[in-house]
Amino acid sequence: MPKDPYLKHTAAESPPREALTINPAKTCQPIGAMYAALGVHRCLPHSHGSQGCCSYHRSTLTRHYKEPVMAATSSFTEGASVFGGQSNLLQAFNTIFTLYDPDIIAVHTTCLSETIGDDLPQIIGKATAEGKIPAGRVVLHANTPSYIGSHVTGFASMTRAFVDYFAETTGKKSDRLAVFPGWVEPSDMAELKRLLETMEIPYTMLPDTSGVLDSPLTGHFEMYPEGGTRLEDIRHMGDVKASIGLGPYCSGPAAKLLDTKCRVPCDILDLPIGLSATDRFIDALRRTAGVAVSETVIRERGRLVDMMADMHQYTYGRTVALAGDPDQLCPLSEFLRDMDMKVKYVVTGTPGKPFESRMSELLGEAEEGDWRGAPGDLFSLHQRLKAEPTDLLIGNSYCKYMARDEDIPFVRFGFPILDRVGHSDFPYVGYRGAMRVMERVLGVLMDRQDRDSPNERFELVM
Amino acid sequence: MESYFALLKGRRDQVARAGEPSMNIACGSPSLAGSVSQRACVFCGSRVVLYPIADAVHLVHGPVGCAAYTWDIRGSVSTGPQLHRLSFTTDLRETDVIFGGEKRLYAALSALIEEHRPRAAFVYATCIIGLIGDDVAAVCRKVSAERGIPVLPVHSEGFKGTKKDGYRAACAALASLVGTAEPRSADYRGDPAVARSRLSINILGEFNLAGEARIIRGYYERMGIRVQSIMTGDGRVDEIRAAHRADLDVVQCSGSMTYLAKTMRDGWGIPFVQASFFGLDDAAAALYAVASAPAFAGEPALAERAAAIVAEEVDKVLPEIRAIRRDLEGMRAAIYVGGAFKARSLVKALRLLGVSTALVGSQTGDKADYDDLDALCDPGTIIVDDSNPAELSRFLKMKRVQIFIGGVKERPIAHKLGIGFCDHNHERKIPLAGFEGMVNFARELRASAMSPVWSLLDRERDD
Repeated sequence: MPKDPYLKHTAAESPPREALTINPAKTCQPIGAMYAALGVHRCLPHSHGSQGCCSYHRSTLTRHYKEPVMAATSSFTEGASVFGGQSNLLQAFNTIFTLYDPDIIAVHTTCLSETIGDDLPQIIGKATAEGKIPAGRVVLHANTPSYIGSHVTGFASMTRAFVDYFAETTGKKSDRLAVFPGWVEPSDMAELKRLLETMEIPYTMLPDTSGVLDSPLTGHFEMYPEGGTRLEDIRHMGDVKASIGLGPYCSGPAAKLLDTKCRVPCDILDLPIGLSATDRFIDALRRTAGVAVSETVIRERGRLVDMMADMHQYTYGRTVALAGDPDQLCPLSEFLRDMDMKVKYVVTGTPGKPFESRMSELLGEAEEGDWRGAPGDLFSLHQRLKAEPTDLLIGNSYCKYMARDEDIPFVRFGFPILDRVGHSDFPYVGYRGAMRVMERVLGVLMDRQDRDSPNERFELVM
Repeated sequence: MESYFALLKGRRDQVARAGEPSMNIACGSPSLAGSVSQRACVFCGSRVVLYPIADAVHLVHGPVGCAAYTWDIRGSVSTGPQLHRLSFTTDLRETDVIFGGEKRLYAALSALIEEHRPRAAFVYATCIIGLIGDDVAAVCRKVSAERGIPVLPVHSEGFKGTKKDGYRAACAALASLVGTAEPRSADYRGDPAVARSRLSINILGEFNLAGEARIIRGYYERMGIRVQSIMTGDGRVDEIRAAHRADLDVVQCSGSMTYLAKTMRDGWGIPFVQASFFGLDDAAAALYAVASAPAFAGEPALAERAAAIVAEEVDKVLPEIRAIRRDLEGMRAAIYVGGAFKARSLVKALRLLGVSTALVGSQTGDKADYDDLDALCDPGTIIVDDSNPAELSRFLKMKRVQIFIGGVKERPIAHKLGIGFCDHNHERKIPLAGFEGMVNFARELRASAMSPVWSLLDRERDD
């Protein structure tokens, strides 16, 4: 296979570089806040900062989803950054409600507006007091400076902000569950809803981008597609019997706040990626909702175990390198371990003690030659792979450079995926999602075996 | 349309119809706060202009986002080094914002230059650098002195204007490179036959998307002209440093590069001509404009060679273009692109294909651009500055447009409406410039407008 020799700018070793990130394994908070806000019905995300931020987030989300992505911007100018962004934001409310008619404006800040020190609650309060927010419409905000956290924390902060602003307790308990799905694809959110419905559990899911970022081609452009969590359902979240937060990083803050604010007990679990994590999710549903696990779900689990048994000979002992976000990496590593694979390198741009300790719980302590790089970037992962390659690489589209340079079978997983389709349509969560993870992993491993085996060992039956 | 205007008070001055006496579009102003604008920022303008310089380090000084979103998104091809395709950032954290990022910048730059040995380094200042007061220029001077390569600050704080101001900041960085080295014919990367030609040009505002620079460069080399530098497609630092020895600057993307052309004219006495390589007419005009430039007075052979190339190239492509025209004749198109200069070429190119332009607009056009569009377009064509998805989709439906030419954020809007699309921005996958590019453009329009998928759309719900 011809390879471009020039794309190789990664040396196996390089000088220390504490001050420099090369090929980041993360991006900034606001895009996460924007994605979360898109999962609420008739909500327009608003970027309080320079025009470029909003444009970059929309372009990146459009490249990932192949969908129109709507969001407004405060369009900061030099004046705004000297005198503060209040007048821009007040004007923005007026423009947005006049032109775009959303029910909700979800404002997130940027490094610029945070460094200036704009006080969002004060500005929103002023707008409300002066009648700049029409009756029946609402505005909320999340603080998402780009120099703290990552896209992951931005998502968590905006999800939490919805609970903070709107969840109410009426004293009359409902039998619903609140489910925080975390940063997963529209397809995953749809699959979580299917599982809940299969088990006949009433729920509110926040956010829910299914029906928003996977909309059909109808010949019409819908500024606000039919999907998304309803505001009235968010208000009622204070009355639900329990909540389940999937992914401690993305959903933990919202679930905990709902607990402290409205006394809704929460279970914070790993994202249900892979067999064991899905088991824990289904069991939590069973316990909290007081229902039996449905036959459908039991059958799906059985089919997954069957596939794992049938294919064990192809997964056994294979080494894997992973790049991504903590909520995904933990359960994915666990699933790979369940397939008898060996997770050798893990890198995330969103480090933290909870991630590191959870990885140790699931995988045990790192062995000689293993590397759990947090914080780290994709360049440092590439250097590890150069020194000692793995059999498989799993990560977002930016990993394709490493996969090509080092000729490693590659499965796209995470955010962003800029060069393939399917992630918004076919889930990775739940038992069926786990089967899809397996199918993808086996696909690239077996294609590689077919490619590399000599004629006499080239097998029809695998 | 009137009812739409009523709804859209703040936009009234930025939407017009060609041929109407009131045609006087407001443009160049910052977007209204709260608009779902398709525009970007100063940093974006600088980044897209300088990015294609392939043997330089491009370090984004700021929090991680600005580097992450601009990591290898522009299909600017390099035939050599690929250093520009890596993403370098100082990834500033909260403590840096409080205590300043200069030390971090110094360390990052030093490590990068040590490892990659680039021919130059560009340091992009993002929004908060302007607020926390890092002296980026001073750090650049220091590192430049220590490492012996040009290290150039790019003052591209996002809020300090529009994308156009970013072009200007990039041009300022380029201008400080020009004139700092001499050309060496032994290093000439183009056709060896013209390596020692006494006629030479720079091509400004050509970014080598999908490899277009090779096509354009080829035409001029066939005319016997040496192409000293291309700014910045497939760009090399040393060629740009020696660009002051060229006889003429050919400016393609006028919005981004006219400032540099003027600086080079004033500083080095190099005249410039404007050109566009999109569409047969404009591509031919681009060759003739160089042949007849006063800088090349006394070279009558140039005009003959240009004419011969145009004749040869047009002969090659015309049969297929005619065939495609038979399929496209009578269709209605919409254009929404970054710069209005390109929009003009596209209106003409579409006309050649029998396609009328129902809507044309840009993110950053100026008054003169829009006046030219007004004169060029058929009466009734809608002309918009700094539009948004709601407005675009309304006009697309109202004008029953069948093919939309735009960029990344416009594609899914067109598709949702059941309209064909051609990317004429960063994500074009095939060269659209020059004579052969016109055929590619025509093929892409036909393929997309006549895709079988549109006949599978359930149009019963359509109004």
